[in-house]
Amino acid sequence: MNRRTIGVVAMAAALAVAGSACSSQDRDGWDGTGPVPITLWTHSAGNEGEMEVISQIIDDYNASTDAYEVVRQDFPQDAYNTSVQGAAASNDLPCILDVDGPIMPNWAWNGWLVPSGLTESDVANFLPSTVGRYNDEIYTVGYWDATTVMFSRRSVLEGLDIRIPTVEQPWTASEFDDALRRIQDSGQFDHAVDWGPSDQSEWYTYAFSPLLQSFGGDLVDRNTYASADGVLNSPESLAFAEWFQNQFDSGLAPRSNAQDRTEFRNERVAIQYSGNWGYLQNYTEFGDDLLVLPPPDFGDGPKVGVGSWQYGLTRTCTDRQREGALEYLRFSMQDRYIAQFSDVTSLIPATTTAAELTTSGYYGPGEPLEFLTPMSEQFGLVRPVTPAYPVISQVFQQQFQNLVAGEDPEQVLDQSVREIDADINAARYNR
Amino acid sequence: MSSNAPTPATTAAAAAKPPTRPLRSSGTDKGNPWTYIPLVLLAVTFVLPLLFMISSSFKPRDQILADLTSWRAFLPVGDLSLDNYAGVFDRVPVGQFFWVSTVVTVSIVVLGLIVNSMAGFALARLNFRGRGVLLGIIIATLIVPFETFAIPMVYLVSNLPRVVLHSDGFALRMGWANSYEVLIIPFIANAFSIFLFTQYYRSIPKELDEAARVDGAGWFRIYRSVISPLAGPAFATSAILTFLPQWNSYLWPLLVIQQENMRPVQVGMRYFFASATAEGTPWGQIMAYTSLITIPVILVFLMFQRAFISSIASSGVKG
Repeated sequence: MNRRTIGVVAMAAALAVAGSACSSQDRDGWDGTGPVPITLWTHSAGNEGEMEVISQIIDDYNASTDAYEVVRQDFPQDAYNTSVQGAAASNDLPCILDVDGPIMPNWAWNGWLVPSGLTESDVANFLPSTVGRYNDEIYTVGYWDATTVMFSRRSVLEGLDIRIPTVEQPWTASEFDDALRRIQDSGQFDHAVDWGPSDQSEWYTYAFSPLLQSFGGDLVDRNTYASADGVLNSPESLAFAEWFQNQFDSGLAPRSNAQDRTEFRNERVAIQYSGNWGYLQNYTEFGDDLLVLPPPDFGDGPKVGVGSWQYGLTRTCTDRQREGALEYLRFSMQDRYIAQFSDVTSLIPATTTAAELTTSGYYGPGEPLEFLTPMSEQFGLVRPVTPAYPVISQVFQQQFQNLVAGEDPEQVLDQSVREIDADINAARYNR
Repeated sequence: MSSNAPTPATTAAAAAKPPTRPLRSSGTDKGNPWTYIPLVLLAVTFVLPLLFMISSSFKPRDQILADLTSWRAFLPVGDLSLDNYAGVFDRVPVGQFFWVSTVVTVSIVVLGLIVNSMAGFALARLNFRGRGVLLGIIIATLIVPFETFAIPMVYLVSNLPRVVLHSDGFALRMGWANSYEVLIIPFIANAFSIFLFTQYYRSIPKELDEAARVDGAGWFRIYRSVISPLAGPAFATSAILTFLPQWNSYLWPLLVIQQENMRPVQVGMRYFFASATAEGTPWGQIMAYTSLITIPVILVFLMFQRAFISSIASSGVKG
C-alpha cells in the first residue's frame, strides 16, 4: 500500500467517524434524550427590562415541561434584521423568531416564517395590531404595541390659550396649524414642534405615513398592493407633502434634532411628535404637567402608527419542535407576562385584561396612558401588509428626507412611486 | 559548515542596503511657526474627538449633554467617576467580546502577513506567465464593495464542512456559522496587502536574489531570509491596515454569528442603543465602551507608526 492509498483510506475512515458523530444528533439538535431544544431569538439584548421578562417567561415555561427546553439567543435591536438575513441565507434560523410587525409579510413571503398554528380563539383578546396576519393566516403575535403620540405640556398650552385635544375631539388641521403658529409667535421656543426628522431608521414611514393617511393619501394601493401610482402621488398625498415641507421651511419645526430628542425636555420646542416609548423620559422631566395627545385630524380622521415586535415560528422548526414552539407561544401570551412587559417598557399591553394587571401606573383604569389602548384601536392603521414593505419604507424614508431638505414635493412623490413600482414589478410579490 | 560560516542569506543581506529612503529633512523648516501652526491645528482637530470621548466616559449622562455647548466637553471636569465603566461591564460581556476580537484580529494579521507577503513576493520576483494580469485582477477586486458579495459569501461558508472537536472525538458539520473559522479565513488573503507587498518588494534590488541564488538559496529561502527582513515597513503597514478594519468588523459578524459568545467588540456597541428606557441612551457608557475598544487601536498604531510612515514614504502607497 503506497502513501497515497494510505492517505485516502485514512480520510475515508475519518469521514466515516465524522458521519457517525453527525448522525447521533438530529437537525434540531436533539440527541434523543431529555427535552427537545427550541431556539428562540430576541431583538432585546441590552434592554434590561425586556430581557428580564423574556427570561422569566422562558424559565417558567421550561420549569413547566419536561418535553421541551426553550433556549434564548439575544441580539441588539439595531443589528437584528441583518443577523436574521444572514441566518436565513445560511439556513441557521432559530425555531422561534422575534420580528417587527411590518417586516413580517416579507419574511413570510421569503418562506422564513411559517403560519404559527395559533387560532382565532388564541388571539381573540388581543389588540388587532398585535396579531400578524398574512394571506389570512396568523403568523405572529406580540405582547405589546407602540403608537405615535404628541407630547406637550399643560402649562404651555393653557398659557397660550390652546385647546387640549382629546381622542373624542382631536385637533382639526386648521386648529393644529393655528396652535403651532401661536406657539411660534409667543417667542418662548426655538420651534413649535419637533417631528424627529433626523431619525434615520424606519421612523419616517412609521411616524409620517399616518399623517399622510390622515390627509387621505397612502403609501400603496391597499386593494391590490400592486402599485403606488395614483395613491402616493395623489392630490391628497401632494397636499400632505407640501404641508409637511412647509413645517420646516416656515421654521415651525427644526430640520434636525438630537438623537435623544432632548429639544422637548430642554424646552426648546413645545410639542414633540414621538412614539409612546418616549413617555418614561418625558414624564421624568415634566411629571404631571406632561400631556400625551392624539395626533390631529387632517381631514380623513386621525391616524396613528401601530404594529410592533412579535413572535412567530420559522421554517427551521422540525415537526416535534413546532408542537413545543406553539405550546410556548400560548404559554407566553398570559396576561401576567403582557402586563410585566408593559410595566418595564411603558408600551401598550396587547390585551385589556393585562392592562388591568399593570402596576406601573400607566395603563390601569384612570391612569395617564389608559386612552392609548382605545386610541390605537380606533385610529391605528397598520403599515401595508405586503412583502414590498421594506422597500416601500426605505424609499419613503429617503425621498421624504429629500423633501425635508427642500426638494420639490411633486418630484419627491413621483420618484417614490417610480422606485416602489419598479421593486414590486421586479420582485413579483403578487405572483 | 562551521558555525560561523556565512549562510547564503546573510551574505546576500549583507550586500544589500535597506531600500528605505530617508524621510524629509527637517532642515530649515525647524522653528518656523508657519510650518507648525497648521500642523498643530490639524493635530488638535484629530485629538479633540478622542479627548471628548475619554472625558465623557467619566461623566454622568446629564453632564455630558450639558457640557456639549462648551469647552468643558473636552475636559475631565465636573462629577467624574468610574460608574460608566462599571455600567459597561454590567450591560455587555466586554471581556468575551474583546477576546473574540483579539483572537480574530491577531490571527488575520499574522496569517495575512505570511500569505500576502508570499503572494506579493511571487508577483514581484517570480517570472511566470500572466503575472501582470493576475496582479491586475487582484487590484481590480479592491473596487468591489464588500456589501455586494457578503450574502453570496454567507451561502458559500454555510455549505462548507467544518471539523468540530468534542470531548469524545470529533465530528464533521456543514456550515461555518458561529465559528472562528468564518471570522478569520475569508479575510486572510487581502488584495491591498498583496499590492503593498508587491510594490515594496519591487523596490528591493534584484541583485540580492541573484547573489542568494549563487549561494544556493531557493525561492522560499530568498523570501524568508533575504527579502522579507528588508521589508519591515511593508509588514508594519500591512499589519496596521489589516488590523484596523478587522478590529472594526461589523457587517460580516452580524451575518454569520448568532451566538453572543462569538460576537466581536463592534457588534457589542449596538447593545447600548436599546429603546424604551427611562434613562434614555446611556451616552456615558457608550463613551466608556468606545474608549475601551479604541485603546488597542491606538496602541497598535503607536507600536508601528515609525515603520508605517517609512513604508508609505518609500512605496508611495497610502492607506
